[in-house]
Amino acid sequence: MKRLSAVILSVLLVLSLCACGSSTTTTTPTPTAAAGNPVLKIGVFEPASGDNGAGGKQETLGIEYANSVSPTVEIDGTTYDVELVKVDNESSNDKAATAASTLVSAGVSVVLGSYGSSVSIAASPTFKEAGIPVIGITCTNPQVTEGNTHYFRICFLDPFQGTVLANYAFSELKVTKAYCLSKLGDDYSGGLVNYFVTAFEALGGTCVQDTFPDGNSDFTSYINNAKNEGCQVFFSPVSTEAAQLIINQADSQGLGMPILAGDTWDSNVILQAAKGKSVDVTVTTFYPEGANADFDSGFKTWVAGDSTRLANNGGDDTVAAVTAMGYDAYFFALQAAVNAKSTASADIMQALWTTEYDGVSGHIALDQTNGDAIRNTAYVKHCNTETGAWEALPAVTIG
Amino acid sequence: MIEFLHSNLSYILSGISVGGQFALIAIGYTMVYGILRLINFAHGDVFMCAGLMMVYLSASMPMMMAIPLVLILTVALGFIIERVAYKPLRSAPRMSVMISAIGVSYLLQNAALYFTGGLAKVYPEIPWLSKTITIWDASTKVVTVVTPILTIVLVVLLSLLIKYTKIGMAMRAVSKDFETSELMGIKIDRVISVTFIIGSFLAAVGSMLYFTNYASVAPTSGGMPGLKCFVAAVFGGIGSIPGAVIGAFIIGICENIIKGGSSIFGIGGSGWTTFSDAFTFALLIIILVVKPTGLFGEKATDKV
Repeated sequence: MKRLSAVILSVLLVLSLCACGSSTTTTTPTPTAAAGNPVLKIGVFEPASGDNGAGGKQETLGIEYANSVSPTVEIDGTTYDVELVKVDNESSNDKAATAASTLVSAGVSVVLGSYGSSVSIAASPTFKEAGIPVIGITCTNPQVTEGNTHYFRICFLDPFQGTVLANYAFSELKVTKAYCLSKLGDDYSGGLVNYFVTAFEALGGTCVQDTFPDGNSDFTSYINNAKNEGCQVFFSPVSTEAAQLIINQADSQGLGMPILAGDTWDSNVILQAAKGKSVDVTVTTFYPEGANADFDSGFKTWVAGDSTRLANNGGDDTVAAVTAMGYDAYFFALQAAVNAKSTASADIMQALWTTEYDGVSGHIALDQTNGDAIRNTAYVKHCNTETGAWEALPAVTIG
Repeated sequence: MIEFLHSNLSYILSGISVGGQFALIAIGYTMVYGILRLINFAHGDVFMCAGLMMVYLSASMPMMMAIPLVLILTVALGFIIERVAYKPLRSAPRMSVMISAIGVSYLLQNAALYFTGGLAKVYPEIPWLSKTITIWDASTKVVTVVTPILTIVLVVLLSLLIKYTKIGMAMRAVSKDFETSELMGIKIDRVISVTFIIGSFLAAVGSMLYFTNYASVAPTSGGMPGLKCFVAAVFGGIGSIPGAVIGAFIIGICENIIKGGSSIFGIGGSGWTTFSDAFTFALLIIILVVKPTGLFGEKATDKV
């Protein structure tokens, strides 16, 4: 009897696990799909939880919005329904490869993502083996695309972003000593800090560098370090989750210097954290809200129409730069499939090299060495802590 | 000396405050170990759940109601965990209970992941505690000053409870010898429940102080503090309440001194902050090698 109940219990456990397992992939069949149309599957490789969950959700929203705008595509005379296959890479390097395999076995033709360079680098070999092209949306670390032919990217890179930020600090803020904080073992913040330091020291400034370990939530000592070292600007291009804590503690510890950050901080999470606090936050980003009125208003209506979407966008209808990038990435992928005249991964990969597209974030064309976007403009935003909104500063163009 | 203290006061302040918060959690570990010889791995997650409860409750009711309700619900959570996951295993090998504790820890984390959707929640501001004040030119929150005082008051109360009340006497008896005290007519299930209730209550107070300072609650927020408090409990001698408190203060203060190393020791470089966590765990290894019973631990006497 006891053995029987043990067997039944274990069977139940296994079954419930299976149920959990299958729920990790969510597919959205397009509502207008006419039965019988062949399907083009696009994988969405984004974090929906963990450190970068907030940003990943906003990027996914951009892709979903694009899909709702254009749910079908005509490739070589045939109309295809586009189906999004979404996985959650949990912002974690060890979960990234598993999530990537899920997409591979779902039979996607092309993959979009991820927000966060570390997970993109971790998942890259899985896609490479399967021969599936990937379009990086906002992963800015050079290593994502370096030395491989399957990973592409539609945003600017960290060496460029780091230089822009260093120039901004040196010539606009007129400071000579910067405090740089990155997360230990994180390719994104570590990389960006390195490029910033190189550029800032080349201009004649000095930098103090610190790193914080994973799971840390006490930033008071780092803020005190910045003050005690006599730094004039606090550069911390870290995840939004750490950013909330940094802003909060910078306010309570009286940091008293401007905070600079990269594209991850362009999020309403930051705006909500900074509202009403005495902090001075400036970020560089891909797309300023208001640059394309049609896209902005369309997206706002779409987001406001559904409470889940609104929650995924952080509770309000701010247009994050990553959302605009996600939107462009979707159309860029469709354009590549149209150019390839095929839905086969290999053909799309071939076609991506020469694909060009005019998106809401500007013209997108890829270079021929690594498949990175040729972009030379970064937008600068400053946080207005009274209204809790971004204010656009003049964009920076280099080269 | 005065000059040195003045310029580094903020490191020491945040160290003392973190230490106090760790102490409240570490007591939960050490009491449960003292009585059940069980390392309650779910304790850090109970702490995280208390934080999440506050986030959700304060959104729908005034703070004065939310605070007591969080305390009550956290206590209930601790009580239920013990009844459901540990009590049925009372006569099972100790390892089974330990594994059950790990199971509860993951269950709580994943439940939190489901409810929050995986994103960190901003902890509400508790009116008076969140105010910024300036002490001797170092600006900080009121909670930093309140934490050590509140911790010491609670620890004194707890010690009185253990020393002078009937249930406290029963706790001491159970921790000395489980089976004999059962033979003497002590209702051990009641004693164990009270232990979990006290531990969860302190964890709930600790979570309010901790998250007021570091205002973001994620499903994994309980992990690191839980682990460090466990180290603090071992450092002070697991099973000993004063030991856990002192261990927690030492770890909190040392960690912040290390983070401010380049300013305090006058040796520059970026290495200091990188090793703040490594220090905590190196301490665990050293204490286990040099003095396995910890600072205040009882010497194990083998009866022959």
